[in-house]
Amino acid sequence: MDFEAMREYLPLFWQALGLTLRIGWQGVLLAFGLGTLCAVVLHLRLPLLRQFTAAYIELFRNTPLLVQLFFLYFALPKIGIRMRPAFCGVLGLGLLGGAYMAETIRSGLESIAPIQSESAWSLGMTRLQAFRYVILPQAVTRSVPGLLANVIFLLKETSVFSTISLMDLMFTAKDLIGMYAKTMECLTLLVVFYLIMLLPVSALGSLVERRLRHAEFGP
Amino acid sequence: MQSLGLDVLFKGKNLIRLLGGLWVAVRISLFSVTISIALGLVLGVLATGRSRAFKAVFRVYLEIVRIMPQMVLLFVVYFGTTRVFGWDLSAEVSAVIVFSFWGAAEMGDLVRGALVSIPRIQYESAEALGLSDGQVYRYVILPQTVRRLIPLSINLITRMIKTTNLVIMIGMVEVLKVAQQIIEANRRSSPNAAFGLFAVVLLLYFAICWPISRLAGYLEKRWA
Repeated sequence: MDFEAMREYLPLFWQALGLTLRIGWQGVLLAFGLGTLCAVVLHLRLPLLRQFTAAYIELFRNTPLLVQLFFLYFALPKIGIRMRPAFCGVLGLGLLGGAYMAETIRSGLESIAPIQSESAWSLGMTRLQAFRYVILPQAVTRSVPGLLANVIFLLKETSVFSTISLMDLMFTAKDLIGMYAKTMECLTLLVVFYLIMLLPVSALGSLVERRLRHAEFGP
Repeated sequence: MQSLGLDVLFKGKNLIRLLGGLWVAVRISLFSVTISIALGLVLGVLATGRSRAFKAVFRVYLEIVRIMPQMVLLFVVYFGTTRVFGWDLSAEVSAVIVFSFWGAAEMGDLVRGALVSIPRIQYESAEALGLSDGQVYRYVILPQTVRRLIPLSINLITRMIKTTNLVIMIGMVEVLKVAQQIIEANRRSSPNAAFGLFAVVLLLYFAICWPISRLAGYLEKRWA
């Protein structure tokens, strides 16, 4: 193992980690927003919007991110929609994640017993109030472990960004291997950097899951 | 309006080639899923056993698989083994190794979860009725476990199919690569072919994965 070379590569990997995190974080935020929106549309059974949302969720859950990115980045310019690679990355991750987040939040909403809504209504709350103050807080609490699992999944999926020429960790490693052929050194750094990125999220996930069990209300 | 590439799709053997590319991904998935299910069953049963050491090792294994992107594992196996052991694994063999490594952990956890979710009272009642240990498993526990497992394993298949296209990064010619080749070959006569071809690839994946995940959802509801 050539540690000298590894030290030389370090700044490049930190840079790549920065880019991966930036895009990953923006994509996760977009996914969360989109997912919440879709889950609410599905839960409230808004006509028309519901069918559209369901179609979006099915399409993005049943196709690979790599293919979605190729479509966004290579196919859309042909009909005049051009986006920068970074924007494509965020959008692709957000659309994919939105579909997964929506399902997680929706099943959280559905896990709240109907009696909760009924009790809230009978106390004189409007439908919106009952949803906002009674259902949503409980549903979010129940969905958190699933949502964090989605975050890990999405951050892992960022590894395909190198295919649309974003200089992420994967790209950097591949590039350096191609130039200097120090395969083991680069692969080690690659693994270490993914651990740096994902171990904290994973640890947070188990912590939150344990804490939430205390917060559980009722049977 | 220029053509968006659908004519290119039906030119010569293009469609067949595209489907052939898709078959590569599906073939790798099927191999890997078969190995994963076999290994996963063993791992899952062992993980519910008494050995603490095995449980600890299994958790670490699961955590590694959950955290490392499959692409990284693919690189490590494909490029790493050549360097360290001097093995010259083909891309397809590396892919099957990586996806089985991943799938076995996921499947093991599913099996473990399914076994744990059977309430103790089921074992106790069966024993109280005078069934032997083997009979308890054969007639009471296994049928219930299998019911819970089948939808989850079917889901694993779609997840595999959606992941195996990563082999494009270790130089295998799968459906996206074929699409790129077709686009390159026709770039003069039909410069916009990328739109049609990538759209078709997207829809092909959807056409495979959607029915499978619908089936899984249906079975899950029905057998719940």
